[in-house]
Amino acid sequence: MGLLLRDARVVDPASGRDTVACVLVQDGVLRALLPPGSEVPGVEASFDLRGLVVAPGLVDLHVHLRQPGQTHKEDINSGARAAARGGVTTVVCMANTSPPVDDPTVVAAIREWSRQASVRVHPVGAVTKGLEGRKLSPIASLAAAGVVALSDDGRWVQDAGLLRCALVAAKSFDLPILQHCEDVNLSAGGMMHEGEVSARLGLRGIPRSAEEAALARDLVLAEEVGAHLHVQHVSTSGAVRLIRQAKERGVAVTAEVTPHHLTLTDEAVEGFDTNFKVRPPLRTAEDVEALLEALRDGTVDCVATDHAPHAPWEKLVEFDRAPFGVVGLETLLGVVLTRLVHQQGWSLQEALRTVTCEPARVLGLPAGRLAEGGVADLVVFDPDAEWTVRSEEFASKARNTPFAGWHLRGKVLGTLVGGRWAYADEALLRRQLAGAVP
Amino acid sequence: MNALGRHLLGLWPLSSDQILHLLNLAERAASGGLPPDALRGRVVANVFYEPSTRTRTSFELASRRLGAEVVNFDPERSSVRKGESLVDTALTLEALGVDAIVLRHECSGTPHRVARWVRCSVVNAGDGMHEHPTQALVDLLTVRRAFGRLAGLKVAIVGDVLHSRVARSAAWGFSKLGAEVLLCGPATLTPQQLSAPGVRTCHRWEEALEGADVVMALRVQAERQATSFGMSLGEYHRAYALTPERLRLAKPGVLVLHPGPMNLGVEITPEVAYGPPSAVLQQVAHGVPVRMAVLYALLAQQQPEAELRPIQRAPLALVGRS
Repeated sequence: MGLLLRDARVVDPASGRDTVACVLVQDGVLRALLPPGSEVPGVEASFDLRGLVVAPGLVDLHVHLRQPGQTHKEDINSGARAAARGGVTTVVCMANTSPPVDDPTVVAAIREWSRQASVRVHPVGAVTKGLEGRKLSPIASLAAAGVVALSDDGRWVQDAGLLRCALVAAKSFDLPILQHCEDVNLSAGGMMHEGEVSARLGLRGIPRSAEEAALARDLVLAEEVGAHLHVQHVSTSGAVRLIRQAKERGVAVTAEVTPHHLTLTDEAVEGFDTNFKVRPPLRTAEDVEALLEALRDGTVDCVATDHAPHAPWEKLVEFDRAPFGVVGLETLLGVVLTRLVHQQGWSLQEALRTVTCEPARVLGLPAGRLAEGGVADLVVFDPDAEWTVRSEEFASKARNTPFAGWHLRGKVLGTLVGGRWAYADEALLRRQLAGAVP
Repeated sequence: MNALGRHLLGLWPLSSDQILHLLNLAERAASGGLPPDALRGRVVANVFYEPSTRTRTSFELASRRLGAEVVNFDPERSSVRKGESLVDTALTLEALGVDAIVLRHECSGTPHRVARWVRCSVVNAGDGMHEHPTQALVDLLTVRRAFGRLAGLKVAIVGDVLHSRVARSAAWGFSKLGAEVLLCGPATLTPQQLSAPGVRTCHRWEEALEGADVVMALRVQAERQATSFGMSLGEYHRAYALTPERLRLAKPGVLVLHPGPMNLGVEITPEVAYGPPSAVLQQVAHGVPVRMAVLYALLAQQQPEAELRPIQRAPLALVGRS
């Protein structure tokens, strides 16, 4: 019984482990980490993983699965397959579905649909009814139904009194509020970062202040209430500064950054390609530098994709009329390894932290670490394999990646969720030594 | 390399040589030097999602003078009314055998979007607040004909620069050919971020007009006033209107341009608009030869290898990157 992953480099940022070992998986559980060269009689399958890395499955705190209501863009199954292809074993899905997750019945439905999904799905509940920012959702019922956080993602909770009330309530249920910081009075009509490029392209700009002014207010409220505020997709150097100062004061704030904000600038919009139309917008090289530094020093806790699938025809329109957002699940590990390890010189351990134990810690999820006796949610990847991003090969229904054609270094070869292969690349199957085909 | 690519999307990406090539072609067109059958058998589609008098008419005349057939596509009276998307409209026109799509659209970057989807040429006839390259070529030609040169001239562009595609294209065109460009208007309408090599912004009319060889007044778009203007039309008139008194600060022999349509009494007074320094009607007259030059460069002087580029089929465009 079970599965033996032989002689892999086992990297676990949570424990600091980085050794060559054999990983024995049985009954959905990581049974044992054995010395290299170990044989286990009777395992169903064993794989020779020399030269490959086994790490905890990735945790993505910011995913739009679009179910219910917008399943032409994505659904829980297709989104989960995309996650598995990206080495992601746990996703947190946002509440801006149709209807939104502002009622425990919707939470229950998502949890029910997610049972068949190939990865673990944790729903987020809406902060306000209908995401309208007018009155609070039934937070107690949402908590009881099993949401892991509250968020009106896509919209900032503009009413300060309402957000303060939500923070008090969320705190009592030990739920963080994930906030999309954007003051719409400052960003109204904006299509991209306000700067030289937007001025030249004649596209309305979204100034940095739209994010920073909203964030500053939210930090004041979180500090006063003593509640956990998680800042979604930080994009500016000023926002980094505000979060850093708040953390120094002991405010219970955490933050995430997306792979695209760590790699791209507003210059990408030059050709009016709608796959670079995102909110918050791609900023400047100075902001990218600040974000990298913030991720390094822990001001920003983790990387999250803001996987925002849209149907191809929805993006294939005038720039002003295209929806905001890009997909990210299937390129997450490749971009993180290419950017942080191969370009910035981070250790594998340091880079993997940002997509495993750190995001898990932010929401208190039992994931993102390797422990004997713990669930076998694992990713197998080749840290040096080069590959080209081809959106037509995505498992997601959507194709709106900003990384199309990019050559990435670091490729997912297999993803185990609860001891089962949620994804297995051909290159992994060729390494099977004996036993049944997965 | 003088040759243009397949499209004319803006002046920002062009080299000074490419711009000069178009101006020289326009001179030839103005003097009847382009063959009247150069585009025989070719089809030019005018696709105007926004109203236009000058640009549309001059593209139509230019096409006919080169022997091309012209299709006037009116979104208001087409399948666009039935919800046909931009991409389907473009692919349909291409499938009908159109060689060039002359596109005006209220959203910046739309010609760039269309150029990715079709194999035929795309000419930007004004996109949102982005560029209006043929209008800028008209201005360049008008000024070069008046002064015999462009390098070293001081060009003041006064008004609602923020929302003006004409101002952007003119700024890039004049500066690339060695003129000094001043963008002038209220701070809310002249973002400093538009500065570029040879292009500066200022907010006092004196700074712009002093010693100017060329002054271009931009149309004040009353519909923008509420959100981003910060001044009434009356206040604007008092602060920035091109009046005979103000024009005295410019160089003797100053040339006054206006891309039209004009709001007389708002950004420009009638004495200036129709007075001796005004080149407004020359501008209009240069519209046809300039657009002949552009169509000729794109369709008659096109590189043979460009013709052989693989067709990106619609289904691929739909599933691939947008």
